[in-house]
Amino acid sequence: MIPIAEAVAPPNLKAATHSDRSPGSIAFLVALWLALAIAVLSLTVLLVDAFIDGQSRLDSGLLTNYTSQVFPEQAGARAAILGSIWVISTTAVLAIPLGIAAGLYLEEFADSERWYNRLIETNISNLAAVPAIVYGMLTAGFALAIGMERRIVLSGAIALALLILPVIIIATRESVRAVPQEIRHGSLALGATPLTTVWRQTLPAAIPGIATGSILALSRALGEAAPLLLLGGLVFVNYDPNGLMSGFTTLPIQIFNWASQPQEAFQQVASAAIILMLGLLLVMNAVAILIRNRYQSRW
Amino acid sequence: MTALAGSAGLSVVVTIGIFFALLLPSLDFFREVRITDFLTGTRWAPTFADASFGVVPLVTGTLWTTAIGLAIAVPVGLAAATYLSEYASDRTRRILKPVLEVLAGIPSVVYGYFALFFVAPVLLRSIFGIELGTFSVLAAGLVLGIMIVPTVASISEDAMSAVPAGLRHGSLALGANKMRTTLRVVYPAAISGITASIVLALSRAVGETMIVALAAGTRAQVVLDPREAGQTMTGFIAQTATGESTPGTLTYNTLFAVGLLLFVITLVINLIAARFVRRIREVY
Repeated sequence: MIPIAEAVAPPNLKAATHSDRSPGSIAFLVALWLALAIAVLSLTVLLVDAFIDGQSRLDSGLLTNYTSQVFPEQAGARAAILGSIWVISTTAVLAIPLGIAAGLYLEEFADSERWYNRLIETNISNLAAVPAIVYGMLTAGFALAIGMERRIVLSGAIALALLILPVIIIATRESVRAVPQEIRHGSLALGATPLTTVWRQTLPAAIPGIATGSILALSRALGEAAPLLLLGGLVFVNYDPNGLMSGFTTLPIQIFNWASQPQEAFQQVASAAIILMLGLLLVMNAVAILIRNRYQSRW
Repeated sequence: MTALAGSAGLSVVVTIGIFFALLLPSLDFFREVRITDFLTGTRWAPTFADASFGVVPLVTGTLWTTAIGLAIAVPVGLAAATYLSEYASDRTRRILKPVLEVLAGIPSVVYGYFALFFVAPVLLRSIFGIELGTFSVLAAGLVLGIMIVPTVASISEDAMSAVPAGLRHGSLALGANKMRTTLRVVYPAAISGITASIVLALSRAVGETMIVALAAGTRAQVVLDPREAGQTMTGFIAQTATGESTPGTLTYNTLFAVGLLLFVITLVINLIAARFVRRIREVY
């Protein structure tokens, strides 16, 4: 998780440069450069490799065909794309209102001296670091306890919503905290109740930041496969999901399944689907950055 | 208002839910398998006719991938943070930071694909001439390390940028060069943040699933050589979950016993990290 805010620029310390040409200093700088080169190179190679493997399968069949065990050359991600859309939309509906509500409570109303509010805060930061796969186990256990089918869109969305809830709460708190006190004071001075102030002033001012954080959280949910593995072997789906109670598969799960098959044709369609998924993520991130740059007010 | 408080309180319910969801099937499991056999046994064969439930092979699998991952992520992440915080011009930073953000945003299943189809066969076998099979903890660990580089880099950079400029100026005024200032002044001042970033990276490495499920293999054995295939705790959960596992059976309960162990391990790591993060906040 990289904070959205730009880092503060360190002071320019030109005075130090003359003694920075000792062999030790140069070796140190070269080591730093090498480390960055590893990061940049890994990213480049990863993208180029996926593109080379997958370009032959970047066709319309990838979008319109169902997956096939018999004809891997014609396998497509249709069910996975629709499944991802269903699951991520449901996740958004579940997680965003809850996350905003919890974030607003903690930032605007909660008395942080009270033990239960401190408990909630510690708890949220712990939840943010729980392994993703554990959320799948929780959802499987929950579904079993209430007698709900676990291989359905709703279960998948619950697992992913729980996973990204802490991220949305933290994004909400940061955006709300950035709204200056004067705006709240002005509203209260005009006779608005604290609740009206939050609803009419603080929340609208914080919406761009919350939207950016939520989209980034949803893009994490889109790429996440581990918790969904626990919700059954949802890998061979050759029908369109048509509701919350429908069986489903998602893009990352389908990629995992294809990549685990021995045939090379499956490897190709897996990397074609990876390109598709990375493209989707790029679009979501671009939208998030656009919202941040266009609507974020500077106080 | 009550609704808002309820939403926040839900997080506590989720935690309690996780605890019970993992504990109840695990209790059933430990009714059939002695807890000491589980924790100290060195043979993991839950589906065999002569089933054996020693979790040590899975733990060593996790140890290998985590250790290799950290061996990559800590030096690379720390160096990236140092460069961005202490050396880079504004323009360089504007180019390099997005690279790390993109690395952080790539789904782990994509890294798994990369480990299985590029790092193992092309990079390690063809280019470096290391003899290893399709699956190895080495390939999985290396890619895992690349995945958590941004975790180390971004938190360490925040900690180093938070070191007051006055400390650097003082050091430079005394005649120390930039490298010395970085090593002797900035690192010690940012040490709790740097440690926190490493501990958080450790917790992510232990809990990561998709890379190890794809690239480390499914043979649960005590790994002695990183070129061997091995199975991690998360890898076992992923493999068993994708197969048929009916609730109530021993196989299903085994899944949750391993999950409970994983949860406890990461919880302990996270609590340690939280302590370090609190310490850094007290300093400035």
